[in-house]
Amino acid sequence: MKYVDEYRDGRLAKGIAATIVREADPQRLYHFMEFCGGHTHAISRYGLEDLLPENVRMIHGPGCPVCVLPIARLEMAIECAQRPNVTLCTYGDLMRVPGSHGSSLLKAKAAGADIRMIYSTLDAIRIAEREPNREVVFFAIGFETTTPPTALAIRAAAKKKLANFSILCNHVLTPAAIQSILQSPEVRELGSVRIDGFIGPAHVSTVIGLQPYRFFAEEFQKPVVVAGFEPLDVAQAILMLVRQINEGRHEVENQYVRAVTEFGNEKAQAEVAEVFELRESFEWRGLGQVPYGALRLRPAYQGFDAEKRFALVAKPAEDNPACECGAILRGVKKPRDCKLFGTVCTPDTPMGSCMVSPEGACSAHWTYGRFRETTKAAPQRRSVA
Amino acid sequence: MCLAIPVQVSEILPDDMAKVSLDGVTKTISTALVEDLKVGDYVVLHVGYALAKIDPEEAERTLALLASAGVAA
Repeated sequence: MKYVDEYRDGRLAKGIAATIVREADPQRLYHFMEFCGGHTHAISRYGLEDLLPENVRMIHGPGCPVCVLPIARLEMAIECAQRPNVTLCTYGDLMRVPGSHGSSLLKAKAAGADIRMIYSTLDAIRIAEREPNREVVFFAIGFETTTPPTALAIRAAAKKKLANFSILCNHVLTPAAIQSILQSPEVRELGSVRIDGFIGPAHVSTVIGLQPYRFFAEEFQKPVVVAGFEPLDVAQAILMLVRQINEGRHEVENQYVRAVTEFGNEKAQAEVAEVFELRESFEWRGLGQVPYGALRLRPAYQGFDAEKRFALVAKPAEDNPACECGAILRGVKKPRDCKLFGTVCTPDTPMGSCMVSPEGACSAHWTYGRFRETTKAAPQRRSVA
Repeated sequence: MCLAIPVQVSEILPDDMAKVSLDGVTKTISTALVEDLKVGDYVVLHVGYALAKIDPEEAERTLALLASAGVAA
């Protein structure tokens, strides 16, 4: 595949890794947070951490919309899907996310609710047109990448006067989440999470551009390098961050120049701004209430708001008390710090959202990372014996 | 969730749609979010929508940079 395979060349990756080893100052620590689940996945899958020196560490961030969706919002979707005459359309990622008391969209579907997995909002619109007697609700979720397709669906529904289409809106914003992490007590005061720089999201940035990150780079004096999702992209971004730290710089740099520009996709931004406005506050799993961290429909489009149409209210819902997803999403804990990890919680029987989504830190570690630990741990065990 | 793949535009269709191909697999997608698309262009495809055009020159430059970052080692 063009623009994919060439960015996965192992020989080049080793070369870049050798440069990182040479340039990273052994007296320094370099702790970088990759915000996005896509980067977490690439780092785990291609074993990038094994190529890095001990003092260059990656911290997994909260950039996985499935992982940060609070259980209460998932429960709202399940409740909505159980209403008579409702067809709930959802991206596949959400089907197996556990709600409270073992519920999930998949189980609700098995119990008879009309829940359909779709690839695109285009499919949801098509279903609403084809089945005018069904109330078609799209479970809208995602960062800035996924929001423009929802905005276009709302615009299409308005144009076609589709009275049976609505969305349950859970769209969230990246810059607000980065700010929330930088202002969290763990990072600011306690010092329990050290973050020296960020790898910025790939596809979110194709939409929002580089501009929104300039504030963090300046205000919090942390370098940000926006990077593509292929392993060589990530390796190069790490090298760029190491160089910024060495040179005392805290700038926004763009590694993903083939798709990201300074101001991003302004057409997509305009579509989103037409349909959505900021929510004053919205709960993120792990981060709690994030001010201005999410979107809702503008008054002109509130007829398409499923929360209003079906009078849906978020009821308090508890996470599994032993699940450490919250701390893992803030970078405070690692998957192996959770006692559920790999015991009762696996991708087949996930207890928390970080194990469900392939981009979640737990799923990535279960699928790729734990084998590395086993091989690393083996000699130690022998020496003890 | 934010995953997207580079695909090549093989045919421009009416109503802001296009046919794209990825290693021989074809699909009809929306191009309402990008402008001035031509057959042969590569776009980043996400949930049925082209999100951005891929700049072939910048892509080449990145590859050259990746190669040179390693050579010096």
